[in-house]
Amino acid sequence: MIWDRRHECMPREEIEQLQLERLQSTLNRVYRNVSFYKKRFDQLKISPDDIQTMNDLTRFPLTAKEDLRESYPYGMFALTLRDVVRIHSSSGVMGKSAVTGYTRNDLQHWSQLTARVLTAGGVTKDDVVQITFKYGLFTGAFGLHYGAELIGASVIPMSTGNTSKQVTIMQDYKTTALVSTPSYALFLGRSLEKLGVNPKSLSLKLGLFGGEPWSEPMRKDIEGSLCLSATDNYGVSEVMGPGVAAECEGKNGLHLYEDHFIPEIIDPQTLQTLPPGAEGELVLTTLNKEAFPVVRYRTRDITSLDFSSCPCGRTLVRIKKVLRRSDDILFIKGIKVFPAQVEAILMEVEGVEPHYQLIADRIEGADTLELKVEVTEDVFSDEIKSLQNIAAMIERRLREVIGVSAKVKLVAPESLRPANGKVPKVVDRRKK
Amino acid sequence: MLRLESVSASHGSIQALRNVSLHVSTGEIVTLLGGNGSGKTTLMKVISGIHPPAKGRLIFDGQNITGLQAEKILRLGVGQVPEGRQIFAPLSVLDNLLLGAYVRFKGKEKKEVRKDLEGIFGLFPLLKERESQRAGTLSGGEQQMVAIGRTLMSRPKLLLLDEPSMGLAPKVVGDIFRAIRSLPSRGATILLVEQNAKAALRIAERGYVMETGRIILEGETEDLLNNREVQRAYLGKEYREIWE
Repeated sequence: MIWDRRHECMPREEIEQLQLERLQSTLNRVYRNVSFYKKRFDQLKISPDDIQTMNDLTRFPLTAKEDLRESYPYGMFALTLRDVVRIHSSSGVMGKSAVTGYTRNDLQHWSQLTARVLTAGGVTKDDVVQITFKYGLFTGAFGLHYGAELIGASVIPMSTGNTSKQVTIMQDYKTTALVSTPSYALFLGRSLEKLGVNPKSLSLKLGLFGGEPWSEPMRKDIEGSLCLSATDNYGVSEVMGPGVAAECEGKNGLHLYEDHFIPEIIDPQTLQTLPPGAEGELVLTTLNKEAFPVVRYRTRDITSLDFSSCPCGRTLVRIKKVLRRSDDILFIKGIKVFPAQVEAILMEVEGVEPHYQLIADRIEGADTLELKVEVTEDVFSDEIKSLQNIAAMIERRLREVIGVSAKVKLVAPESLRPANGKVPKVVDRRKK
Repeated sequence: MLRLESVSASHGSIQALRNVSLHVSTGEIVTLLGGNGSGKTTLMKVISGIHPPAKGRLIFDGQNITGLQAEKILRLGVGQVPEGRQIFAPLSVLDNLLLGAYVRFKGKEKKEVRKDLEGIFGLFPLLKERESQRAGTLSGGEQQMVAIGRTLMSRPKLLLLDEPSMGLAPKVVGDIFRAIRSLPSRGATILLVEQNAKAALRIAERGYVMETGRIILEGETEDLLNNREVQRAYLGKEYREIWE
């Protein structure tokens, strides 16, 4: 199903014309209204008038999350607060958050975009959608909430936590679509088991997951334990929230809504733009935002662009499922360690959950790596010997697959998941 | 149908257009809003080939028309209703309209031209009544009807309308705009330049907003109507400036 056929199935030539038009007008507006961009452009002696073709965008400066933090709270707004009707802020794993604003038009566009996401994931007006994102400053819940209402689905604004109540509501209200983070979906699956609820007795059909990277094995696990079809969707709080890109039924890359965003892939080290198909960091420019436009925003997410045609009929470029972030790469004694690799290893091991934290440190000049992993309830109450066996097995697999020695520490179930949000998957104490 | 890619143009040392990109699809009514001196009229002249572009590309019906002579562009199907109407005052209404079909008379289209004339009279019944009157003696609104009718007689695929509401009473503006709205169903596509943003946004599907030769906004009509900058600058909804 396609929500907005006109914009999702545009011929390539028309998409590019629309992008050029909107890029030029966006740059004209940020140059006039946002002092941050005016200063940056002036320093580099470039002006919006230099955009002759889309390729000229690469000459413009990148914008980083730190820039947004330094403009805290309203420095990057292109309109005054009088024109803003909603304020959100990104969760921000550390320090000051980035504050974003939306005009009435922005909110309408946002609902349209998340309606595209939900429709691509199979949601129709007949569905009952349970949203288990936290309702608050975080963009996830509100973004998808209004899209689901626009479609005409019945929305249950559950917010986070209270898993047994989530399950009761799911049973009684006959929830057909679950909107959550993939890790919470995984946790729900385990909880059903514990509560003795047969997932087949539920009405669940669809799962729309986003907010963090997740792997294919994890998709299989969730689909099995909740008896639903799981699709990935991608958003960036500073850019819009959810509604940037989403998988179609093909589950082979996420269609990025190019009438609203221009994607670029850069090398996170050299910052050079990479050709289509190459893997690198995703950089996004908004094309239709009034209150909070961003130019060449560094998402830190690693992916690649696929312009090949998709059987679903959408002509939009696809980004590869995001499995890691450019600032999540750990170099331990010169060896690259990606959280996704660690996650893949944990998925193979019986008795542990893919909830983990990698902690790098430097002790007496030597890099060390510690891996904290949650174990399941059963294993946790088991004897010490079996715990030691599991730890040793993970350590061995890390050596074999990644080539890194790490100290594995098994921790109690749910200890790496505070009630309200994200635990960083990577902590690098060497930077301090 | 029409596509402009980063078009720039200047009047002597003044750069009137800077990197203007826009498109009009078949059957659409697209409006171009902007204040005095924003470059709207220059843009119209560049499209119809009267003013040469300095940079950029113009594509009409899949054909590159950049730098083509005005006459050739007209023959390809781009008709312009100029700002200030510019009708032939001493001639009759009928002769004004027939002159519009000038590019077609060389062919064997006499019958067709007759039929089109009836179409114009259907669109503006007033002109039928005033058929033999000298155009210069008509009211402003009627002259505007003659100007639009005259351009339609060349059977343009794309009709460029430059400030059709200029100097007209509100009721007449309503009549003219109702006629314009009916044109796509008669096979014309329209690019409408207007200072009267309210009237233009009532009949257009999409619009662009120009400022000092640059496009600063593009969007569907509803988005533009809800845009606070458009409301402040063109719809008179809020007079306080942004920094107040």
